Amino acid sequence: MADSRCAIEIRVQEADFDPGAELEALREAQTGAVVSFVGIARDLSDGFDVERIVLEHYPGMTERALQEIAEQAGRRWEVRRICIIHRHGTLRPRDRIVWVGVSSTHRDPAFDACRYVIDYLKTGAPFWKRESGRAGTRWVDAKESDDRARERWAAPDG
Amino acid sequence: MELTVLYFARLREAMGRAREVVVVPAAVQTLGQLRAWLVGRGEPWARAFAEVQPVRAALDQAVAPDEAPLHEGAEIAFFPPVTGG
Repeated sequence: MADSRCAIEIRVQEADFDPGAELEALREAQTGAVVSFVGIARDLSDGFDVERIVLEHYPGMTERALQEIAEQAGRRWEVRRICIIHRHGTLRPRDRIVWVGVSSTHRDPAFDACRYVIDYLKTGAPFWKRESGRAGTRWVDAKESDDRARERWAAPDG
Repeated sequence: MELTVLYFARLREAMGRAREVVVVPAAVQTLGQLRAWLVGRGEPWARAFAEVQPVRAALDQAVAPDEAPLHEGAEIAFFPPVTGG
């Protein structure tokens, strides 16, 4: 069992973030690997031409859900730090939406924990996307592929 | 029992409200019973819950099943499957 006391940082914000600065913040003593994921707003979503995305969330539950996901990853893998940043509000195509940064002594736990966090975030954190474009406005439907991505971690060996 | 009920995303739009405080009768003891009681109030609850499916629920800011017991002052949220990330 990995050390559950890894350092966790959760930020839910409207503002953009600086991936370079976030990576630097994870580069510290006894860290041999940093793995990160950046989610980007797409301009084409299932054939729908997107001009604007509004991300709604559930203040309070959002932070709790992200904290819980990070803690689960920290219990499962030997990682040093986990940082999750998720934006809300109005975004445009190519804007950054989400950041997951994980540091560890060796690379494998960082890769696995980073992927675990984003897979669980997709189906477990209370965010909802509404896309607008010339064709109108629509709520994005949840994807079955996201459920499958999460389920892969249910296997004992991940 | 007094409860705060929150609605999000498509369900919030269908309800025409983001939040309401309700006082439920003693027979309403679980999340599932609360939902059935809301639907029984008529519009907009009946149509909104019929139109938006599936609907997930949270009790005190954690996802919870229909059987979850309610308590005085609880915060309940109903919402469609999440689409963040």
